Amino acid sequence: MERILEQAPRFFSGPNLTLLFESAMLTLGMTLAGCLIGFGLAFVLVFLRQTPGLWALPLRLVCITYVEVFRRIPFIVVIYLVLFFIQTVTPDASLFTIAVIAICLYAVAYTADIIRGGLESVPATQVEAAQAMNLSRLQTNLRIVLPQAWPVIVPPAIAFAVSFIKDTALVSQVGVFELTFRGKELNNQGYSGILVFGTIAFCYFLLSFPLSLLGQHLEKRLATPRGERRTRKIRQP
Amino acid sequence: MPHLAVSDVRAKYGSLEVLKGISFSIEKGEIVALVGPSGSGKSTVLRALMGLTPITGGDVDLAGERLNYSSSREVRAARDRMAIVFQQYNLFQNMTVMQNLTLAPLKIKRWDRAEVEAEARRLLGLVGLSDKIDAYSDQLSGGQQQRVALARALALKPQILLLDEVTSALDPELVGEVLDAIRKLAAEGMTMVIVSHEMGFVREVADKVVFMDAGQIIEAGTPAELFDTPKTDRAQNFFSNILRH
Ligand SMILES: Nc1ncnc2c1ncn2[C@@H]1O[C@H](COP(=O)(O)OP(=O)(O)OP(=O)(O)O)[C@@H](O)[C@H]1O
Ligand SMILES: [Mg+2]
Repeated sequence: MERILEQAPRFFSGPNLTLLFESAMLTLGMTLAGCLIGFGLAFVLVFLRQTPGLWALPLRLVCITYVEVFRRIPFIVVIYLVLFFIQTVTPDASLFTIAVIAICLYAVAYTADIIRGGLESVPATQVEAAQAMNLSRLQTNLRIVLPQAWPVIVPPAIAFAVSFIKDTALVSQVGVFELTFRGKELNNQGYSGILVFGTIAFCYFLLSFPLSLLGQHLEKRLATPRGERRTRKIRQP
Repeated sequence: MPHLAVSDVRAKYGSLEVLKGISFSIEKGEIVALVGPSGSGKSTVLRALMGLTPITGGDVDLAGERLNYSSSREVRAARDRMAIVFQQYNLFQNMTVMQNLTLAPLKIKRWDRAEVEAEARRLLGLVGLSDKIDAYSDQLSGGQQQRVALARALALKPQILLLDEVTSALDPELVGEVLDAIRKLAAEGMTMVIVSHEMGFVREVADKVVFMDAGQIIEAGTPAELFDTPKTDRAQNFFSNILRH
């Protein structure tokens, strides 16, 4: 304890704080980039997976296999796979890129199931009404199904991203200068482990808590019937 | 030549044949009513016409064009010329009344926006819902939703309107308002295929009644012929039961 108090002023000095802030932003950045790109790609995957017809069977199989396989691999293994694969293709790819790609690949698999569940929660009769008016499958999905599926998709998708912020600690294993990596570094410089990792823990909390709040806010808002959502907006000055 | 001619149309759900060769025709401006016991295949006939349930045989001639629903082009052609109103309204939950009415005319038919919106207003006036133009469906009663669904179908300017038990999900006091709206369409000369259990209404508006049972047409004729002097035992049983209630 004494050692912590003694080290604290030096630990919370400018350079260290900058270092921690930068690595926190790196953690947040690669999580958000990976999850957002992954989320977008997951929509494409789900759409492809829903392609009807016999000719699309291989396509559907590929999509299903991707999701089922990646959901069963530990994230750290995905990271190493991406690392070694990318390095053989382009040796000078940055570690940040590699981390984002790994997060992205993983996020696609997880959010694809969330998205599929959301789309399937919309009654088939809505789809039939749209088909009967000659809306294409893409139009039906974008204009009718997806807007109604958001309340089911958004909360678990944000929960996934929030929990992933901490799982990205694993990319420190391949040397990305994110939070946990910096923590280990500072610890090696002689700072007390409790001090360092206590601070790191607090940083992770600071990163994910606002995102959780955003998730809760969106969840509440999406759960409000559309009619009321609208009147409330009008009443506000 | 009839406007719509259905000949020997067949449909299956899995291995169960639910339409076993259905044939009937309808002239421009006519109203044909499909009646029959639950499960006889009435909805399936309408769904097959809209390409929502695949047909396994038979022909459909619509305005002189033969449609077998075998290509997506033919399915699109059928959906372009006919519109359906479902028992459960199926209004798009994420859209206002106006958006429900204008979506397909704007995005699919690509008609002029000003005209589409003016027509939507006229139709909402016709069904008595001008004040609900910006409402979402969860702010409307069942009867109001069904009238919006009717207006939405009319906004597509269909050559033939298909109505599938549009009053049977409604509370009795709401049935009248929807039937009134259909009466107006009948007076305007709209060509319609109606599935209904409202025998009084069928008798009033239909030019022809088609009685179905177990996927087949048992008897067809004018309302008076079927209601008053049915030739088959099955029709006799059905009408004497249903008219007694
Ligand atoms: N999606 C489905 N899957 C399997 N069988 C179905 C399906 N929809 C309808 N059927 C069957 O097809 C037959 C005809 O159904 P349909 O809905 O056309 O009857 P209906 O005359 O409209 O009856 P109702 O008056 O109850 O609406 C019934 O035996 C029904 O059980
Ligand atoms: Mg039915």
